[in-house]
Amino acid sequence: MTSVSLRGVWHEYGDKVVLENVHLDLPVHSFCAIAGPSGCGKSTLLRLILAQEQPSRGTITIDGAPRPDEPQADRGVVFQRYSVFPHLSVRANVMLGLELERAPWLGRLFGAARRQARAEADVFLEAVGLADDGDRFPHALSGGMRQRLSIAQALIRRPKVLLLDEAFAALDRGTRDSIHELVLRLWAETRMTVIMVTHDLQEGFRLATRLVVLDKVRRDPHAPDRFGATVTYDLKLDRERRDPRLRLALERELATQERNMPPKLRSAAAL
Amino acid sequence: MRWMNRRPRHVWPWAIAPFIALICIYAVGSCVRLSENAGDKLMPGGFTLFQTWYAMAFELDARSGVYRFWQDTLVSLVRLGLGLTIAAGCSLALGVGLGVLPLARATFGSAVTAASMVPALAVLPILFIVFGVGEVSKVALIVIGTLPCMVRDLAQRVREIPEEQWIKAQTLGASTLQFTLRVVLPQILPRLIDSLRLSLGPAWLFLISGEAISATSGLGYRIFLVRRYLAMDVILPYVFWITLLAFLLDRVLLRVRARRYAWIDAEQA
Repeated sequence: MTSVSLRGVWHEYGDKVVLENVHLDLPVHSFCAIAGPSGCGKSTLLRLILAQEQPSRGTITIDGAPRPDEPQADRGVVFQRYSVFPHLSVRANVMLGLELERAPWLGRLFGAARRQARAEADVFLEAVGLADDGDRFPHALSGGMRQRLSIAQALIRRPKVLLLDEAFAALDRGTRDSIHELVLRLWAETRMTVIMVTHDLQEGFRLATRLVVLDKVRRDPHAPDRFGATVTYDLKLDRERRDPRLRLALERELATQERNMPPKLRSAAAL
Repeated sequence: MRWMNRRPRHVWPWAIAPFIALICIYAVGSCVRLSENAGDKLMPGGFTLFQTWYAMAFELDARSGVYRFWQDTLVSLVRLGLGLTIAAGCSLALGVGLGVLPLARATFGSAVTAASMVPALAVLPILFIVFGVGEVSKVALIVIGTLPCMVRDLAQRVREIPEEQWIKAQTLGASTLQFTLRVVLPQILPRLIDSLRLSLGPAWLFLISGEAISATSGLGYRIFLVRRYLAMDVILPYVFWITLLAFLLDRVLLRVRARRYAWIDAEQA
């Protein structure tokens, strides 16, 4: 059964074509990494799935049904920044999803219902290693802890699809490694589909069962916005994931691709 | 060492210097004038100022039977408080509405911008005609003078909440009302305090103007009344007192903000 399906999706801003003719089918419980040079529309693709933006052409379906035109609780998201609410304590950030679900008017629970939500939130805080930090505020957390919090916050509504938008790009190496393990564990424990936008191929290889690379296949040097990016590689990594030869070959291939880019794009991609 | 790098060890001796200088200049000026003309009314001496203030604050006024200084203060503060409370409440509702709802913004955005351009004092005659010369028109003047700018400011602050939060709340299932109550309002309340602090200046201006034109009590009424008699010994303590009140109000708001919304400064640091 497919979880997320894109059929002939185009996205244009005025004359600027960002994505052209993207086809993608993700089965339930897949872990898809989307990579590609900077500015190729990776994040736009994520926003389209999230319904933060609407495609110019084409259809997007979630679990076989057309995706509603606004973000819903079936698709959780973790952004690189500003993903948690600064005015809420760590625990309140996680409880928020439950409160919004169970108190349809005020979005605030009281009494026994509140204690129940609090206990449930603590289970998720425990799962992401923030059990002792429930009463702190986000500004007192490190970058890695904030992203853990954001993951717990997104997961409490048990989304069918979890979208990660460069969520770990700003973290240092050690923090990122431990958060990778956390994400893999949570992904294995649930039935959710994960879609991760990353500029780090290593990260894609390490986590994903599927690696999708976006790039422009047609270029007009006089009108760089004339053509958009589309899927240029679509690798299933289930078995090959640990095959170092394939990985090296792909990395080499992508490196040449970056070298062939116009200098301006290349310097952008290097960032 | 460059001047840009020179810092005072303690700030307060530097900070009080201008005040001391001002007092000295006044004292010298007052002495010079009084020695030439003992009946001079323009720069009364410190003792005269205190005596007049003491009489107004602690001696019952024979005609009205009240302590005029405190009565004036109370009446003015009630007008100011009422005006600012109404303005704060309305601007919170309107600002959040305009900030959250694109349809409201499309409909009322330009109207609010236009309203904020209307000079409030030019509307004062209309207020007197419509509401009469009583309390309502003076409170209304403060509301009209401060409300549009506060609405614009708050709507802008709502727009400044990062888009990530708008999206994240929706992926957690928030409705428009829930998003407003749980995400927007708590983050906008400290901004309301900022906005109120900025509006204190205009609010005092409109209060004193309103009282100067039509009132029978109030701080502004008093100083404009005694102006006819060149009673600087009344005007100066009143101006000092109004300044002190404005300063204290500002400090109180600042303290409330720091107490209740500690996260916001920590977030910005």
